[in-house]
Amino acid sequence: MILLPKITRRRALIGSLGLTGLALAGCDKIAGSDSVSRVLSAGEAFTRTSQRLVLGKNAPLAREYKASDISPNFKANGTVQPETDVYKQAQGDNFATWRLGVFGLVTKPLSLSLAELQRLPARTQITRHDCVEGWSAIGGWTGVPLGLLLQAAGMQPSARYAVFHCADLYDGDPYYESIDLIDAFHPQTLLAYAMNGSPLSVAHGAPLRLRLERQLGYKQAKYVMGVELVDSFARLGKGKGGYWEDNGYEWYAGI
Amino acid sequence: MTAPTIDEAPAVSEPQTASGRRERVGRDGRTQIYRHTVWVRVGHWLNVLALTLLLFSGLQIFNAHPHLYWGQYGANAAAGPDHAWLSIDATRDKAGKDHGTVRMGQLTIRTTGVFGVSKRADGSTSYRAFPRWMTVPGYTDLSQGRHFHFFFAWIFVLNGLVFWAYGFLSRHFQRDIAPTAPDLRGIGRSIVDHVKLKHPTGEAATRYNVLQKLAYIAVIFVFLPGMVLTGLTMSPGFDAFFPWLLDLFGGRQSARSLHFICAGLTVGFIIVHLVEVMLAGPINEVRSIITGWYGIRPDHPVAPPPVEETPAVEARP
Repeated sequence: MILLPKITRRRALIGSLGLTGLALAGCDKIAGSDSVSRVLSAGEAFTRTSQRLVLGKNAPLAREYKASDISPNFKANGTVQPETDVYKQAQGDNFATWRLGVFGLVTKPLSLSLAELQRLPARTQITRHDCVEGWSAIGGWTGVPLGLLLQAAGMQPSARYAVFHCADLYDGDPYYESIDLIDAFHPQTLLAYAMNGSPLSVAHGAPLRLRLERQLGYKQAKYVMGVELVDSFARLGKGKGGYWEDNGYEWYAGI
Repeated sequence: MTAPTIDEAPAVSEPQTASGRRERVGRDGRTQIYRHTVWVRVGHWLNVLALTLLLFSGLQIFNAHPHLYWGQYGANAAAGPDHAWLSIDATRDKAGKDHGTVRMGQLTIRTTGVFGVSKRADGSTSYRAFPRWMTVPGYTDLSQGRHFHFFFAWIFVLNGLVFWAYGFLSRHFQRDIAPTAPDLRGIGRSIVDHVKLKHPTGEAATRYNVLQKLAYIAVIFVFLPGMVLTGLTMSPGFDAFFPWLLDLFGGRQSARSLHFICAGLTVGFIIVHLVEVMLAGPINEVRSIITGWYGIRPDHPVAPPPVEETPAVEARP
């Protein structure tokens, strides 16, 4: 017969307190380790796959709101004034000489001024912006559907992602983002130049920012200077597909 | 009297009773019933793991914007028309002293040391809504908190779906959780018993009491599914697919507030649950959720009362 130690209530309590202390001390080491992060990333893959399953083909739209729903004070986050020379110069002449480049795996690279972009077919939508931190703001956006530009530039068959190169540095590193072609051709995916009926302010990304309504705020790159089509984003930044992705955040930010 | 040990081997016998319930007699001479099937036991412990990590990683995520709003939007708690109904802040007074506060409407509570302003292990001051010992990871890291949260959310959801399917198909919910009409009529009695900390014995101990049933229903069908649905409502991707969720909860920021409230209610349930386990006999209770076997306290003392006592009672006027 196996003799088990008698577990009294008091002993069980003391034991569990000791374990809790040990667990707390060891927790942070474990919580931040690479192998734990690898296991946890299965959750992101699961989320991406399941959301792609329901959001991929039929491309349901993000909710659009009424003008009366617009936030009275749309919070500006991240960079609110880029300090790079290229941006300062563009800002200096009110973006008159600024041009958007569309390049990479395209058949016909484009270079467009703000006025040229504004002459293209536009879409206006009032949508909700959800920050990864937890807050939300509702704003109206006007811009060129990204799919239209990509069609104009002609995609090479190997193109898989659209990368957005931005004029701002965040914490010293260039801000950039990337999305797949399902999102790039979604009707609500815009390169927006106006917000709530006025030209985009500097704090919100003037002269051009991405709107990607079914993902979180950090995907919605501001100060876009160029759109590059690539087959892989491994050679950009730290290889994770975006500034915040390189700093641990999910590439697929649908949740 | 010796403290009982956690033993799995049936001490005497394991007959099948007429009611179909498996019973045995434990070493202490008490009848034990096979209360929790392996589905319930495994589901329970997976839930303990998932909910624990969801709770602590959820507080890490909350710390990134420690304000709650009602409605579709909300972003400017301190300055702006958005009006957070709950905020956890750190403020510095004129003397240069830091205070942690929890503000709900007009009510502000000083919470220095725990919420808003707390101390790190090395004694330095940390300005965060929930202190390090309440978050996963302990240090501030929203991205890692999110990785934990969504990984264990999947475990929680899949485990919950299996538990729901099992509960209905095996009729565990219908048989053991759904309150009967006599249960509901006896609710007053049950409340009195709970206040007196009186726990059922004999045949009554083989069933859940009515308050217990109602608490389980609240958790299984309201708090936990509510947590999942309000969580999904915060997903901009899922919202595009199920926009009615936004209408159900009255907006994304309302869903975020309700997510936090559901978590609070679940924590409340867990505290009551653990207190009841301690009061009802922790060893028996914990054994039953590990091995399935639950000891029944007899209605009478184990040694039957002497026969002569019965007429003596009846003889009293």
